[in-house]
Amino acid sequence: MIKIKGLHKSYRIGKNSLHVLKGINFNVEEGEMVAIMGSSGSGKSTLLNIIGMLDVADEGEYTLDNIEIKDLDETKAAKYRNRFLGFIFQSFNLINYKTALENVELPLYYQKVPRKERQEKATQYLAKVGLTDWIKHLPSELSGGQKQRVAIARAMAAEPKVLLADEPTGALDSTTSNEVMQLIQEINDEGKTILVVTHENDIANMCKRIVQLKDGVIIEDKIVEQVRALAHV
Amino acid sequence: MFNKDSWQEIFETISKNKLRTFLSGFTVALGIFIFVILFGFGNGLKNSFQEFFMDDATNVIRVFPGRTSKPYQGFESGRAIEFRNDDLAAIKDNFRFQVQYITPRITRNTTVKYKNNSNNYGLRAVAPAHAAAEKTIMMKGRFINQLDVINKTKYAVIGRLVEIDLFESEDALEKFVNIGNRSYKVVGVFQDDGGDNEERFVYIPYTTNQLVEKNTDKLDQLIIGFNPAIGYEGSLLFEEKLLRFLKEKHHVKPSDPKAINSRNIADQMNKNQQFGTALQWIVTFVGLGTLIAGVIGISNIMVFVVKERTKELGVRKAIGATPRAVTLMILQESIFITTAAGYIGLFTGIFILKTLGTSLAEDYFIKNPYISIGTAIFATITLIFFGAIAGYVPARKAARIKPIEALRSK
Ligand SMILES: Nc1ncnc2c1ncn2[C@@H]1O[C@H](COP(=O)(O)OP(=O)(O)OP(=O)(O)O)[C@@H](O)[C@H]1O
Ligand SMILES: [Mg+2]
Repeated sequence: MIKIKGLHKSYRIGKNSLHVLKGINFNVEEGEMVAIMGSSGSGKSTLLNIIGMLDVADEGEYTLDNIEIKDLDETKAAKYRNRFLGFIFQSFNLINYKTALENVELPLYYQKVPRKERQEKATQYLAKVGLTDWIKHLPSELSGGQKQRVAIARAMAAEPKVLLADEPTGALDSTTSNEVMQLIQEINDEGKTILVVTHENDIANMCKRIVQLKDGVIIEDKIVEQVRALAHV
Repeated sequence: MFNKDSWQEIFETISKNKLRTFLSGFTVALGIFIFVILFGFGNGLKNSFQEFFMDDATNVIRVFPGRTSKPYQGFESGRAIEFRNDDLAAIKDNFRFQVQYITPRITRNTTVKYKNNSNNYGLRAVAPAHAAAEKTIMMKGRFINQLDVINKTKYAVIGRLVEIDLFESEDALEKFVNIGNRSYKVVGVFQDDGGDNEERFVYIPYTTNQLVEKNTDKLDQLIIGFNPAIGYEGSLLFEEKLLRFLKEKHHVKPSDPKAINSRNIADQMNKNQQFGTALQWIVTFVGLGTLIAGVIGISNIMVFVVKERTKELGVRKAIGATPRAVTLMILQESIFITTAAGYIGLFTGIFILKTLGTSLAEDYFIKNPYISIGTAIFATITLIFFGAIAGYVPARKAARIKPIEALRSK
C-alpha cells in the first residue's frame, strides 16, 4: 500500500538547515496497523505529513496504492488527500462553527457527493463512533474523546485507503484514550491500513507493528502481538 | 463551483459567523449609505442654489441712487442723487439697442386693509416691465399695464399670500383694499418662485404712487432688462456706459464710487455658476473619497477575516479542498456580503433622501436631495468590484499556503 525509498527532508531555519529525515526506507502492506515511535523531535510527524501529502519530501520515492506520488501541485495533492487519506490529529482540528454532522460531511462535500447522500453517510459514520445523539452539537459542546470520535468519523466518511493518526490520544486521559484506540482497532479489523504516531508504549502495543525513528532513520522495525484496547477497561 | 451546493455552504458559513458577516457588511453598507447621503445633499444644495437665482430674470441690471462722496462741478459732496421720470426716457433713447425694457421700482412699507383684516406689506410702485424682471407669474387677473401708468389708476396687484392673509377664503379680484388710507381695486393676484417673501408684496403703478406722494416725479431704483443678444461681456460694457451716462446727467464725478451704484445680475449669475461647478466638484470629490475609504475598509476586513480563518482553511485543505475551492469560497462569500450590504446601504440612503424632501430646505438650503440611479448603482458596483478584489488577494494567498503551515497556525 505504501512504499517509501530514500526519503529525505530538511527544514530551513534562517540560514541553517535542519536535516530531519535522513533516508527513510519503509513499506506498509494493506490492512497493517503501524505505530511510529521515537523521541520528541525525531521526525515522526514530519514523516506522517509527507505520507499524508500535507508536506513534500526533498528527495526519495513514494508510492501510494501503486500511484507514484511526485511533482505534486496543491490541486492534485488535495484530490489525493480527499480520495486516499484520512487524518486524525492530536488537536482534533474540527471546524468550530460547524456541527458534528457538518464536520463529518465536509470531506464528502469536497468529493461532490450530493447533499442528501452526504448527510446519510455522515450520520451513519457518527453512529458507528457512538455519537448518534450528538450530531447536532458544536465541537465546543463535546468532550475531548467525543471530539476525537467526530474526527475519526470525518476521516472515515471519505472512505480513504489509509488512515493517518498523529498522536490521536495525546490530548486525552487514559480511559478515553482506550475508547479511541478501540475504535481505531475496529476500523483496522475491517481491513483499513492505519499509521499511528505515538510516543506512548501502551498505544504502540495496541498496533500490530512498531517502527522506531531516531536521528532521522529507522532503527527498529518489529511485528508485535496486538494488545486489544478493551482489555484495559 | 458556482452551484447550489457551494452557495449553501456559503450561507451556512455566513449565518454561523454573524459578527464577521456583520462587520464586513456594515462597512460596505455604511460606505454606500454615506456616499448616497453626501451625493444627495450635494444635489440638494445645487437645487436650492438654482432656485435662488432662477426666480428672477438674469439679463437685468439694477441701478440705485446714493449720495455723492466727491465734490464736482460746484456741487458739494454728500448730495443725494435722485432719479426722475426723464431718466427713464433718456436711458431708452441713448441705449436703444441694449435696452429691452426698463422699469422704476419705488419701495415703501405700507398697511393694507380689507374689511377687518390688515397687515404690513412691502409696496412696490412699478412699470409693467417689472413683471418680466421679477418673473412674476399671474395667478389670476393681470399685472399693471401701460394704461394704468398713463392714467395713474388706483389699481393694485397683490401677492398670493397677501390674498390669503387678508381675504382668507374670499376671491380678491375686483375687490377694494385700503392702501395707506386710499382705496385701490385689486386687478390681479400673482405668485413667485422666489419663496414666501416674494409673495407678500403689493404692486401699484409708479405714477399713481408719485401722484399720492405730492405729485413728485422721483424714482427710486431703476431696473433695466438688457437685450440678451449683447451677451455677458456686452452687459458688463453696457453697465459701465450706463453708469457713465447717468453720472454725467446728474453731475457726478466719474470716479465717485458712492453716488450711483449698480448690480448686474448676469455678473452675479456668472460667479454663481462658477460656485455651482465648484460645489459639484466638491461633492464628487467627497463622494469618491467615501468610496475609497469604503474599499480600504473592506480590504482590511477581508485580510483580517482570511487571517483569522487560516487554520480552518488548512483543515479544509487537509480533507480535500483544492486551492481553487478555497479561493472561490472566500470570493463568493465576500461578493455576496458586499452585494447584499451594498444594496441595504443604497436603499436606506435613497429612502432617507426621499423622506427628507424639502424639510432641510429652509435651514440648510438642501432642497429635494437626490442621487441619480446611475450614480448610485455605479457606486455600489464599484464597491462590490473592489470588495471582490479585496477578498480575492488574501483568498488566493491563503489558498497557496501549504496545508501543514495553515494547520500549525493559531
Ligand atoms: N516547519 C518547521 N520548520 C522548522 N523546523 C521544523 C518544522 N517542523 C518541524 N521542525 C523540526 O523538525 C524536527 C522534527 O519535527 P517533528 O515534528 O517531525 O518531530 P516529532 O517526532 O513529531 O516530535 P514530537 O514528538 O515532539 O511531536 C524538530 O526538531 C522540529 O523542531
Ligand atoms: Mg509530532
